[in-house]
Amino acid sequence: MVDILFSICPPSVLCQILVGLSRTTILFIVTSGLSLILGVLRIPNVAHGSLYMIGAFMAFSVSKLFGGGATGFWMALLIAPLGVAILSLIIERGIFSHLYEREHLMLLLLTFSFALLFGDLVKMIWGGEYRTVAMPEAFKGPIPLKNFPIPIYNMFLLIIGPLVAIGLWFLTNKTKIGKISRAAAVDREMVGAVGVNVSWVFAFVFVIGCFLAGLGGALIAPIVNVTLGMDHTLIMEAFLIVIMGGLGNVWGALTGALIFGLTQSLGILVWPQFGIVFPYVAVVIVLLFRPTGLLKSTW
Amino acid sequence: MAKRIHERAIWLILALFVLLLILPLVLARFYVYLLALILVTGLLTTSLNMVLGYGGIYQFHHAVFYGVGAYGAAIMIAKLGYSPWLGFIVGPLLAALLSLVMGAICIRLSKLYFGMLQISLGSLVWAVVYRWYTFTGGDDGIHGVSLPALIATPKGSYYFTLLITSACLFVMYLIVKSPFGSTLQGIRDNPVRSEAVGVNVKLQQLVALVIAGFFAGVAGALFVVVDNSAFPDMLFWTLSLEILIMCLLGGWFTFLGPMLGAAILVALRTFASTFTEYWTMIQGIILMLVIIFLPEGVLGYLHAKIRQLEGAILPGDK
Repeated sequence: MVDILFSICPPSVLCQILVGLSRTTILFIVTSGLSLILGVLRIPNVAHGSLYMIGAFMAFSVSKLFGGGATGFWMALLIAPLGVAILSLIIERGIFSHLYEREHLMLLLLTFSFALLFGDLVKMIWGGEYRTVAMPEAFKGPIPLKNFPIPIYNMFLLIIGPLVAIGLWFLTNKTKIGKISRAAAVDREMVGAVGVNVSWVFAFVFVIGCFLAGLGGALIAPIVNVTLGMDHTLIMEAFLIVIMGGLGNVWGALTGALIFGLTQSLGILVWPQFGIVFPYVAVVIVLLFRPTGLLKSTW
Repeated sequence: MAKRIHERAIWLILALFVLLLILPLVLARFYVYLLALILVTGLLTTSLNMVLGYGGIYQFHHAVFYGVGAYGAAIMIAKLGYSPWLGFIVGPLLAALLSLVMGAICIRLSKLYFGMLQISLGSLVWAVVYRWYTFTGGDDGIHGVSLPALIATPKGSYYFTLLITSACLFVMYLIVKSPFGSTLQGIRDNPVRSEAVGVNVKLQQLVALVIAGFFAGVAGALFVVVDNSAFPDMLFWTLSLEILIMCLLGGWFTFLGPMLGAAILVALRTFASTFTEYWTMIQGIILMLVIIFLPEGVLGYLHAKIRQLEGAILPGDK
């Protein structure tokens, strides 16, 4: 069966696409969190990239604490996102919750101030060198299929991605708190009027969103150099994906991440020097035809 | 009463200008460089305020025009070998042209969506500049741009910058006070009403964007004069947000507020960097405090205070 696939498109392109898709997974996980926060709280969370970076660094520390290897990895995956979630709860309750009535521009700049703060905080705590997180032995190396040298870890990511998507869908569509959040995204005043404590709904959504950012960071830690500056590149891409997909729409985040990841991978294949320009072109094209994004936004 | 503040302000500005003229004669070379940098950044910030504060347009990626102005001048001089004076004209014109193109594409969208498309287009320009190694020097940028002897020295570049900046600020002030400026503010406050009165809202905003882009380009060209270089970070979104912060810090409903914000932030950054490597964190904290306690910015706060005091001392004027 694999041979039939190979006759349609050569293994290298397919490999590149699959690797691109696995990167897409991380983008999707982080961006869905951003989209959630944007949709329900109407806050463009520029600090999202910083939380992603903190997630990666925390994964490093936790993994080192548990001696690296498989235990370290799984513990990091469990604890780092939780750590980020707790941090986000603190800043939400401490500062954000008092400033919700301000203009969007102000809220954006406020989250930017946190991004600046976190950037240096990471530098203070972890220093400026590259860090690496060890991968469990089982995930190292390519899958044992001839002509198909995809790293096992990337396949792992390809499985995690849809799981997170399904989990999110379940959370927002089938649980009570999820449905209330969606209602609050559309009309927060009405939700408050029917007796729901909107403030705690916001806190919940914010924490979930930031948890996803931390999860993305923890997931990508084993395959990249964990370093300062991760936040800057990621937040730009994340915002472009959210804009492309439709503000507040988690499925839009998925679509946007797919387009972004694929255009980047294929772009690098086709024109290596300007590979990274392709996704930006894609975003511009999408916005020219659908300025509010591909899918319906909650704004 | 407003006239009194106004008259006093003019004397203050003149005094400041004289001070700026004399300072380089007594200050060390580094401080002259710093002052020049403050002037350039102030010009850039004021150009942003033209559309942000006076026009209400969410120009989230203003740094693009700054970078294009700088690269335009630098490439003309360093890579293509033209006369520097020509380079200084081409840079801002290129920025204005880009502003026209980007503005025309984005203007049909309102507020937030305008900002989003603008960021996307701006990022695209950044990505191209960043990767086009042969033409723009890519990650390294362009260095060692040769300048005419008159403006190549620290003092020379400073006075040139002071001259151009003052001229530009003056022109921008005239624009803001003109009927065009008033209409722009009217559009900011109530676009529907403006349209009803017969104003071509989109056209006015587009013109404002081109003006802002042009002056940002001038600031970029001036940066080349001061620093002899251009680099991709000038087009990165973090700079755009920094300019926004400066506008906010100084007071974005006033004319000189952004300039003050730029001065404060550039000066703070230089001095804080000598004490600690965590300037970014300090910047973040300052921003947070400004947003929470001083949403009108420093100048706005001072304005309000002065008005309060005047109101208390001279009740008859009410």
